[in-house]
Amino acid sequence: MSTRPELLAPPEIFYDDSEARKYTSSSRIVEIQARLSERALELLALPEDDVPRFLLDIGCGSGLSGETISENGHHWIGLDISASMLNVAVEREVEGDLLLGDMGQGLGLRAGVIDGAISISAVQWLCNADKSSHEPRLRLKAFFGSLYRCLSRGARAVFQVYPESIAQRELILGQALKAGFGGGLVVDYPHSTKKRKEFLVLTCGSVPTSINDGHKDSDDDDDDSEDEENGMVCVSDRNRPRKKQRTNKKGKGREWVLRKKEQSRRKGNDVPADSKYTARKRKSRF
Amino acid sequence: MRLIVHNMLTCNIKGVVNKFPLRIEAEKVVIKKEVDFNTDFLRHMLAKIEWKALVDGARSMGYTELPDHAPEAEESYSFLKKFHHALLELHLEEGSLVCQETGRKFPVEKGVPNMLLHEDEV
Repeated sequence: MSTRPELLAPPEIFYDDSEARKYTSSSRIVEIQARLSERALELLALPEDDVPRFLLDIGCGSGLSGETISENGHHWIGLDISASMLNVAVEREVEGDLLLGDMGQGLGLRAGVIDGAISISAVQWLCNADKSSHEPRLRLKAFFGSLYRCLSRGARAVFQVYPESIAQRELILGQALKAGFGGGLVVDYPHSTKKRKEFLVLTCGSVPTSINDGHKDSDDDDDDSEDEENGMVCVSDRNRPRKKQRTNKKGKGREWVLRKKEQSRRKGNDVPADSKYTARKRKSRF
Repeated sequence: MRLIVHNMLTCNIKGVVNKFPLRIEAEKVVIKKEVDFNTDFLRHMLAKIEWKALVDGARSMGYTELPDHAPEAEESYSFLKKFHHALLELHLEEGSLVCQETGRKFPVEKGVPNMLLHEDEV
């Protein structure tokens, strides 16, 4: 099992020219990034009105996730701390605008201008103190505070993260909530160690929305309720099964009883004589 | 860097009050004309754009066709074309963005502004 990159070096040093090129030329990584970006865009729940939106890609790297955004018809700004990764993005002539910057220093964007933000595999880098002057908590605070300000009302931020530990996940979510965000975690394929992916979905402002359920494998009990994206709320079935009901003798009418009595007589049992009272409907308390 | 981004960028240095807009010092401007003309998007952005910053920014990049004020009522087609051009088709390849209050320069190389702050500016 390979070491986590953020334990090896700070991102601007880890993602140097050769690593940047390796990252972008690996078809496996390209495919994974594309899938994660599509899912993140889905979770952004942008209105389906075919109007292009203005999005932020945090930790955009060489522009792999940004390309997915462009393919979906939106404009975007990409922020990354590694000049090498951004150079690759420039070479690939991505359609978004790129910024060289450190998210832990605050995003430096005007209030209410961004329609949505995504981040693929980047936010966990904030949790490591790469320089002696860094204090992860303060950097997370600066990041989430500035993000909250620059998002427009009702906008969402979706982060795909690989948290190192529960503590790290709590730290990230805690700082996000302190900054004023609402929201929570969406986990796709929670039972599969390989396929499991976590998305932190944060909402900004007072628009009531429902958080989507995570994807599950088809052999699991529940279904996907992706229709939550349309604003529908799923109401669970309130029909509780009643306690074991009293069986009524539906299939056991008079004829059946007479037949059974005859059978019993043939066997030689002592059976009461048939009369007009045989198999008569009794009062319910019987 | 296009003006749509410039219109959102502020100076992030601690303690600075006059953060927006950043003054553009253009050394190399390129025009890229492959951007889709989408009136819905333009109207959506018009509500968010700081018009004066856009006009000044466009002037620094050599484009002077923008009117001084955005139209109050229904925008004409010719206005939207100019707006589209200024917002999405003018690229600053080389130059710098200058903070109006401190004079700090954020260099722009290969179209990418370097907004990294030094340790003492955070």
